Amino acid sequence: MPIKIENLTHIYMQGTPFEATALQNINLEIDDGEFVGLIGHTGSGKSTLIQHLNGLLKPTSGTITVNDIRIDKDSRNLKEVRRQVGLVFQYPEHQLFEETVYQDIAFGPRNLGLSAEEIDVRVKEAMALVGLDFDSLKDRSPFELSGGQRRRVAIAGVIAMKPKILILDEPTAGLDPRGRDEILGQIKEFHERYGITVILVSHSMEDVARLVNKIIVMNRGRVALYGTPEEVFRHADELEEMGLGIPQITRLMRMLRERGIDVPDDVFTIERAKEVILEKLKGGKVNA
Amino acid sequence: MLKDITLGQYFPGQSFVHLLDPRIKIIITFLFVILIFFVKTYLGYGMVFLFLVAVIAISKIPPKYVLKGLKPLLFIIILTFILNVFFTSGETVIWSLGRVKVTQEGLRQGIFMAFRLILLVTGTSMLTLTTSPIDLTDGIESLLKPLKIIRFPVHELAMMMTIALRFIPTLLEETDKIMKAQMARGADFESGNIIQRAKALVPLLVPLFISAFRRADELAMAMEARCYRGGDNRTRMKVLKTHPRDYIALLCTLVLMIIIIWDSYL
Repeated sequence: MPIKIENLTHIYMQGTPFEATALQNINLEIDDGEFVGLIGHTGSGKSTLIQHLNGLLKPTSGTITVNDIRIDKDSRNLKEVRRQVGLVFQYPEHQLFEETVYQDIAFGPRNLGLSAEEIDVRVKEAMALVGLDFDSLKDRSPFELSGGQRRRVAIAGVIAMKPKILILDEPTAGLDPRGRDEILGQIKEFHERYGITVILVSHSMEDVARLVNKIIVMNRGRVALYGTPEEVFRHADELEEMGLGIPQITRLMRMLRERGIDVPDDVFTIERAKEVILEKLKGGKVNA
Repeated sequence: MLKDITLGQYFPGQSFVHLLDPRIKIIITFLFVILIFFVKTYLGYGMVFLFLVAVIAISKIPPKYVLKGLKPLLFIIILTFILNVFFTSGETVIWSLGRVKVTQEGLRQGIFMAFRLILLVTGTSMLTLTTSPIDLTDGIESLLKPLKIIRFPVHELAMMMTIALRFIPTLLEETDKIMKAQMARGADFESGNIIQRAKALVPLLVPLFISAFRRADELAMAMEARCYRGGDNRTRMKVLKTHPRDYIALLCTLVLMIIIIWDSYL
């Protein structure tokens, strides 16, 4: 179920003095089952772009095709797109409203018109996926929970709808390092278990580098770079110019190369760096 | 969707109208509103209309933008017109069908009332379109100052208004965001009968109230942390000062008033 974006332009408040072009002529294709990182500075158009993918915003011009459903400026019935594309907003815990955790997670599936049994199965499954204990939490009020737990409830609420494409806008903003790692791990697991397409919006290169297999870099409403992490991080200077930078470990590798040590330039996880450096050290000893 | 509301929204600019002292603008608007209720002749309406057109032209706000503010009131204006046309008693019958009749007086009254409403709304929205909310509350505070003698909490009132105005866009944005988040979870705000629609608002209103209370709490805390304690002995960053242009504007309005009262009553 590929996503295809053609000549997408979006202008906010057209025809007023507050007019602002958020997206300019975007062309993108995302294949099924990919884990895509969407990176960009504040105001680069990331949030605007993802809201187009399930029709919450309609393009000023251009089209988006999600699994043969076309979205353009005149599209009306977008329920089917929203069923297939799950969108977790920034600070999703602010959207909770039900009296119990169970009810809140069931809100999405209920809107899909599912049977009570099916909803029950899905809520259990979703809670397990985000690491919430079903029996002890299902009857609690979401407002009694901690910030991190509330966020999990909100994410579970979207996962329970079983979208074919899951988009998360900065799911780790404001969480402590442990909460961040747990949530990112669960998203990765969800991706692997169900083979769905995941789009992760972030401005943390480190997070994205470890998880994704494609990176889209947005800058001033345009797609600046698109490719595998190896390809994207090779443009370190351009990234730096956009105020984004590259993962620390990749920068370390670059510095080593600058000093004449022949290490590959596509290293962006600590594990891989360890291997490369160990190899070099061993190699060095043999040479000496 | 929610951002399309123009009535009362500030339209930034640097024109003569924008730069006027907010106190003078408030006074002029007041005079203008009073004036509208004094006008009795077509000529008078013509002059008020020209005055308003001149103000809009000087302010450099696109007329289309000003007129957009009338849209939500279109129904009331048309209703007023119809009621006045059919229910004003008069002698000169222009058209009649059975007991329903339209008289010349009724028609005149209808046109006047509709026109009066349009001028009223457009005229007052020129105040809010050309004055930033902060300037506006500063002006109101300054104008209400004499009421302090009777222990009226002028500063507190102005502060409340400032905060309320300040949070309108924030709350609109928040509403928009929560609405989208719930729509992404399959909520439907647009179809169904009135009860279903009211029910559909629960997922929107609960988070909105929670966030409004949270914001209010945080704001109170932040103000207290900076030792805010009301109006006494507070100095201002921007002190309001009148310039010659303010007197010119006031003079123009007064001249218009005299002409119109002279035209309508003498």
